[in-house]
Amino acid sequence: MANDSKFTNQKFKLVGTRVMRPDGVDKVTGRARYGADASAPGQLVGAILRSPHAHATIRKIDTQKAEKLKGVKAVITSADLPDFTGGEGELYNVLENCMARGRALYDGHAVAAVAAVDAETARRALKLIKVDYKVLPHVTDVDLAIKPGAPVVQPGVKTKDKKAAPTNVANVTTYGHGDVEAGFGKADVIIEKSYKTEQVHQGYIEPHACLASVGPDGHGELWVTTQGPFAYRNWCATLLGMEMSQLKVTSSEIGGGFGGKTHVWIEPIALALSRKANRPVKLVMSREEVFRASGPTSPTSIDVRLGATRDGRIVAADAAMRYGNGAFPGIWGEVGAMAAWACYDIENVRSVGYEVLLNRPKVAAYRAPSAPMAAFAVESTVTLMAEALGMDPVEFRLKNAAREGTRASYGPTYGPIGIVPTLEAVKKHPHMRARLGKNQGRGVACGFWFNFGGQTCADLIIDVDGTVGLSVGTVDVGGARASLSLIAAEELGIPYEEVRCNIADTASLGHNDMTDGSRGTFSSGMATIFAARDAIEQLRVRAAKAWGIDVKNVSWKDGKAIAKGKRKSLTLKEIAEASPNTGGPISGHSQVVADGAGVSFASHICDVEVDPETGGTKVVRYTVVQDAGKAVHPDYVEGQFQGGAAQGIGWALNEEYVYGKDGRLQNPGFLDYRIPVCSDLPFIDTQILEIPNPNHPYGIRGVGETSIVPPLAAIANAVSDAAGVRMTHVPMSPPRVLAAIKASRAEKAPTG
Amino acid sequence: MAGEKGKAYLLAGGTDLLVRMRGDFIDPDLIVDIKRIPGIQEIRKTASGFSIGAGVPCAMLGRDKALASAWPGVVEAAQLIGSDQIQGRCTMVGNLCNASPAADSVPALVAAKAKAVVVGPGGRRRVPVEDVVTGPGRTSLKKGDIVVAIELQKRPPKSGDAYLRFTPRTEMDIAVCSAGVSLTLGAGNVVKQARVALGAVAPTVVLVPKAARALVGTRLEDDALMKLAAACEAACSPIADKRGTVEFRTEVAGVMARRAAVMAYDRARGKR
Ligand SMILES: Cc1cc2nc3c(=O)[nH]c(=O)nc-3n(C[C@H](O)[C@H](O)[C@H](O)COP(=O)(O)OP(=O)(O)OC[C@H]3O[C@@H](n4cnc5c(N)ncnc54)[C@H](O)[C@@H]3O)c2cc1C
Repeated sequence: MANDSKFTNQKFKLVGTRVMRPDGVDKVTGRARYGADASAPGQLVGAILRSPHAHATIRKIDTQKAEKLKGVKAVITSADLPDFTGGEGELYNVLENCMARGRALYDGHAVAAVAAVDAETARRALKLIKVDYKVLPHVTDVDLAIKPGAPVVQPGVKTKDKKAAPTNVANVTTYGHGDVEAGFGKADVIIEKSYKTEQVHQGYIEPHACLASVGPDGHGELWVTTQGPFAYRNWCATLLGMEMSQLKVTSSEIGGGFGGKTHVWIEPIALALSRKANRPVKLVMSREEVFRASGPTSPTSIDVRLGATRDGRIVAADAAMRYGNGAFPGIWGEVGAMAAWACYDIENVRSVGYEVLLNRPKVAAYRAPSAPMAAFAVESTVTLMAEALGMDPVEFRLKNAAREGTRASYGPTYGPIGIVPTLEAVKKHPHMRARLGKNQGRGVACGFWFNFGGQTCADLIIDVDGTVGLSVGTVDVGGARASLSLIAAEELGIPYEEVRCNIADTASLGHNDMTDGSRGTFSSGMATIFAARDAIEQLRVRAAKAWGIDVKNVSWKDGKAIAKGKRKSLTLKEIAEASPNTGGPISGHSQVVADGAGVSFASHICDVEVDPETGGTKVVRYTVVQDAGKAVHPDYVEGQFQGGAAQGIGWALNEEYVYGKDGRLQNPGFLDYRIPVCSDLPFIDTQILEIPNPNHPYGIRGVGETSIVPPLAAIANAVSDAAGVRMTHVPMSPPRVLAAIKASRAEKAPTG
Repeated sequence: MAGEKGKAYLLAGGTDLLVRMRGDFIDPDLIVDIKRIPGIQEIRKTASGFSIGAGVPCAMLGRDKALASAWPGVVEAAQLIGSDQIQGRCTMVGNLCNASPAADSVPALVAAKAKAVVVGPGGRRRVPVEDVVTGPGRTSLKKGDIVVAIELQKRPPKSGDAYLRFTPRTEMDIAVCSAGVSLTLGAGNVVKQARVALGAVAPTVVLVPKAARALVGTRLEDDALMKLAAACEAACSPIADKRGTVEFRTEVAGVMARRAAVMAYDRARGKR
């Protein structure tokens, strides 16, 4: 029973209720401490010098003048970060991304750093560092980067054939099954379309920030805003040549991450500065640095081909998906290729992902990374096909949707899944029957995300007053403390208020994978259940001891140990109070690899109004329907649905990295990088479906990411409906929409 | 101000100045706050119209009922600036003297034929608002000059003004292009006088007399509005940048002018 993850189908008392979050008061009063809120005695201020060039060889860095400036305590370059990674692979890429090693690969690439007594001195010191650059040709566009003769970003990178000339395509991966060409042969209608999406940033409000301290004995501490304190610890220790146990990483409260805080950027630099200066160093990115030099998501260029028979059955599907990876190879095209066709049951299907190198920042995860762009291309084409066949777009999707037992395009065979139920719910939703006004249009789209489980560890301590402390190693990114406390209270049979959930540092708990892949509540929830069951074992032992009976005859129910056959019971509180004399402290522990994170599906409905004279789009109504497996805390599940949709709306309509001809980022700030403000968004309506995940005791699936997958497509379908012209380039900013409207008018106008 | 050897700046609301200092664009040697100068935070009704002190935060403009009903377009334009927080500090004079081509209150002030009252080493003078800004970030003000007030005329009956800007976001955004229109009607609701000004489509706000002429003598029939838009488009010389292409800015400036003209006309007719 203890570590059995099978779905129990139990009746819940607490799980599913909307309790107050324990971290709420601190967050609304400003007591909560974020990345930049920690200070240490003798602390210095760090600052980073960044390349103004998109691509350049660094001939020489002269730091002498900066070192001599009064108040400067350390200046570092890559020479202060010797290579402990073996000179290749992802860790080496991380090292080179943190600090340029002889070449600057994008506008904003870190070149040198200083630590000084105050910010003003640090800023002046940066100006005294002289860097001799030899500027090289650059490329920032995905389609241009794969053309013959394009500037090569990484001369060492070759696709497949190691003898071939270097290219900007770092890898090509193919997924699918069946005979795609034969499938197209059977199709009555074939639709082919190309799509493009621009690069976007997660746009978390809190910039990267940390406080690093490395002592002369080689032991260190790092306070940092992160989604993965353990991963940060492992990377930083390796990059600095430290033993992992010598570095303690504590995660601060996090002001948003969305995947962007699953990668180190400034942290190894802060540690290296601290080591050199022998003082604690605080390093905080400016917003401009966040845009230029953290990890936005891929810009893409995608070709889709879809074939169907006249009766509405998809018989063949094909996609070529070029994902910009920034200056270092990643897996973003591959993930896009895996996610592309996951919603459908298709006999002949293929998707090919290309990893394209660009003189842009190293791409990092962004909420369901790579899936939104894939869904944009696929779901736009699916709607085009429904239109071509004269079918309702929801019916067409239902007819081709994946079901339990369907072999997914990326390999596995599905268990019970939510795509059909979400589409059925959409069909019944009043939103679908609401009348559209002038210049308005409606779009529907589906989305999929894999979800992840991974290594997880939890501790549950029972204090002598009978209250409970739960320690987990995943970060609270969206109400996890509340959800996990609910789960612990449910399992133990005590009130929610008697559990306090704490996010542990890396020295206090075994390894936990990062809080990504929508795994927080799924995997830490599982670990919490197992830790609680472990504690219950001990509580039963203590009760059995008190009664002098065999533990086999003691059961646990509603927060009490009950002796079989006799009318005797002991509450958790009574057992806890007695614990000093019955064997000492009581605690539960668990460590698992939480497998079987159930895949997640959503269907979205969107209404927009397009101003035909300006190309401006307003989202007037938006509905999210998504499968949560089990919504532990429905408020926070709805919050995740709404947050994903809000980010998707920004991405679809206005957000975009704009690079100049010089390869420099033109809009590294929130004025010209337009995330939506409140008044840009309608109320986002949500509907939670609960199709239990068979691989979790409570049926939980991850819910955090899927909600950002359908919006680009749902909005594109709606804008295309409203404007009367198919939009294939995201963001659908006013200039793009107006240009498309005018082009389609010109096309439709009689010539002569 | 006049005596300072280094870089001297006046501070009104500071919503441009402080941001530019933080952003490392300017490094002042002297900053003089004008907000405590007696009378500088007052809106006065005068014999010839209104005098709005240089320190009046935009949030106050809408609270002055007489001003808001005489010059609704100017007040709306000024109140589009930023957010509630910004409104509590920012001023029209700061908006003008910051000399951004996209400043929201300026096209409305130019259309309104507003004057800036300048006090400096050379004495006191009245400068038409359109003559204050000479280029992006540049003004005709001399060392030691202070704009102390903005003057708006008294309104003849049957007058109305309006300002519209295009921004991709609903708020907290900067005009991609904009238009201010001020009209006075004569008998039979025929336009007697008109002024049309465009923002963010040239190095400075542009006054477009040809666009105004397209309206005079009309009741804003479709034909007049098309001519207005065409004259506005012809007056545009925008740059293409991250905020919009040349074609987009030009075309939408015409759209904004048409819509603002209709609003100003309805207001002049007493239709709200
Ligand atoms: C978040 C945010 C949003 C914004 N949104 C908008 C917007 O939507 N539209 C818009 O147009 N602007 C916007 N702005 C810019 C700014 O708020 C406006 O330009 C505002 O009107 C400036 O007024 P101020 O009083 O704060 O000027 P200040 O910053 O005090 O001064 C601006 C300039 O004018 C000079 N100056 C000030 N007073 C005088 C004087 N009496 N005589 C001569 N020179 C003087 C100063 O030296 C300085 O160079 C925004 C700014 C921020 C920070």
